[in-house]
Amino acid sequence: MPTPLELAQQLQVAFGDLVAVLPVFRDEVSVVVQSPERIAEVCAFAKSRLGFDVLLDLSSVDQYGDDPRWVLVYELYGLSHGSHLRLKTFVTEEKSELPTVSTVWRTANWHEREVFDMMGIRFQGHPDLRRILMWDGYPYFPLRKDFPLSGKPSEMPEVAFTRPAPLEGGPFVTVAGARDTIVREPRARPSEG
Amino acid sequence: MASQTIEFRDSAARAADRLPLVDELRDLEGDKMIVNVGPSHPSTHGVLRIVLELDGETIVRATPDVGYLHRGDEKIAENMTYTQFIPYTDRLDYLAPLANNVAYALAVEKLMGIDGKLPPRCQYIRVICCELARISAHLLGLGAFAMDVGAMTVFLHTFTEREKIYNLAEALTGARFTTSYTRIGGLSRDLPRGWVDAVRQFCNEVVVNFDESEKLLTRNRIFVDRTRDVGVISREMAIDYGLTGPNLRACGVDYDVRRASPYLVYRDLEFDIPVGSVGDCYDRYLVRMEEMRQSVRIIRQCLDRLPGGADNSQGEPINVSDGKVVLPPKDRVLTGMEELIHQFILVTQGVNAPPGEIYFGAENPKGELGFYINSRGGGTPYRLKIRAPSFVNLGVLPELLPGYLMSDMVSILGSIDFVMGECDR
Repeated sequence: MPTPLELAQQLQVAFGDLVAVLPVFRDEVSVVVQSPERIAEVCAFAKSRLGFDVLLDLSSVDQYGDDPRWVLVYELYGLSHGSHLRLKTFVTEEKSELPTVSTVWRTANWHEREVFDMMGIRFQGHPDLRRILMWDGYPYFPLRKDFPLSGKPSEMPEVAFTRPAPLEGGPFVTVAGARDTIVREPRARPSEG
Repeated sequence: MASQTIEFRDSAARAADRLPLVDELRDLEGDKMIVNVGPSHPSTHGVLRIVLELDGETIVRATPDVGYLHRGDEKIAENMTYTQFIPYTDRLDYLAPLANNVAYALAVEKLMGIDGKLPPRCQYIRVICCELARISAHLLGLGAFAMDVGAMTVFLHTFTEREKIYNLAEALTGARFTTSYTRIGGLSRDLPRGWVDAVRQFCNEVVVNFDESEKLLTRNRIFVDRTRDVGVISREMAIDYGLTGPNLRACGVDYDVRRASPYLVYRDLEFDIPVGSVGDCYDRYLVRMEEMRQSVRIIRQCLDRLPGGADNSQGEPINVSDGKVVLPPKDRVLTGMEELIHQFILVTQGVNAPPGEIYFGAENPKGELGFYINSRGGGTPYRLKIRAPSFVNLGVLPELLPGYLMSDMVSILGSIDFVMGECDR
């Protein structure tokens, strides 16, 4: 039964300088794929020859301020040998694109759609690259570090709007946070419109 | 006030816009129908929207539309300490909040490197919580599945037992639903008096309920007809689509994180992993049913072996004994300088996690709930990705649904047993 480190070393032997095994942290083996263009090739090898038949997770990290900005993290698992492996690849912001691995594992389809939705990284060859959690037409990529936590106002076409509600501030609405009832109640306020 | 016209196009027209072959559809007008199922629909477990293209009753294409419950948990996690994020984990799979709490705590503890130092009492209590959560989630999943398919009594039966689990959770944590029970390095509080006996009594009662539900469903002609050979997922398809949990095991793949990469005390416990053979809805029902019985078996073993016993009179610890990770007891905080400083730092800045990245997956009722934490040191994660089993499980729908009838879709959705809170985060 091969250990995770042995499997990573087999990957290193097959691809030479393209992959680099990182130091083991908390018993987890991570491998960096230096060129994101060849990620599908490395993944296909890992699935067919090393037995990593499950793609557990595909995450993206925004290294805001560093170049390359994007890190793609692939968590692989093999049912036959029970080993985990992490593949990482770095993508620059100018490119923001890399090949899809949905041809290797079909589960990557939705994972890549989520990465595109949240970070704006495109996947070449993806069968249906569109937003998955946010609505079609949403203009921002929310998980980027330069997108504020409180969000930015945006239109939801044909569904709703984010303008203030029709009666907000009208004559029949109480004023929030005022000290006492006399100030809060509308009888005390002159009609406004 | 300026008036404005708001135009709403009807949902069929909007759904038609989404599908790429609009021109072809206009040619086929009269042949295929587009039906919008959801997002608010009695037969879906939450806010899932599926746009179905039907040829008569047969589904030709299915396009699930998720994200109606997206709350930005991962973005929020980047802005709060690890302990502050625990209540958000309650609301992921809101049917099994204790299990989510445990999975998250274990992930952070793995990052900190203290997962080997958890005291045994803490580990046994966490296992009991996980298995109670598993019973609770499966009871609801099977109840809702049966109700969707037509057997409405089962839903009410399972909810009687779920109410008992809620009462147990309330006695343990103070809240029925949003438990937030675990902390980094341990638990928030020890077991209340009489809780162990209450759990034992619950185990005895719930097994009776399992038998009743099985009598109503397992050999029920109508239920079997609606679920046998419906929604068949092959082994190869299940593995390729990253299915985990009962959905994967029903297809014949013997993968359970509790056996494959044991955490807590699962290595020492005796339990079986039910594995199906066909991968249809009926198998998924049977696997979940048997899993609940195995969970009762696990709980009974844990209650028997609980270090410190029911009342913990010897004072077995439930937290890692590290002042930099676990809040010191309040009386020491108010009298000791070191404890005061630890309390202050832990509350304001959080635990000091080392820089690095980990992935930890736990066997949650819906599948493998994984946390990928990328830390740059300090008390807040740089990136927290939640690998939600329901999100991944729903990915099979575009390939699974075509070819089945619309009424089979109801069985399939019920049997996949997803939770939108987890799917959308």
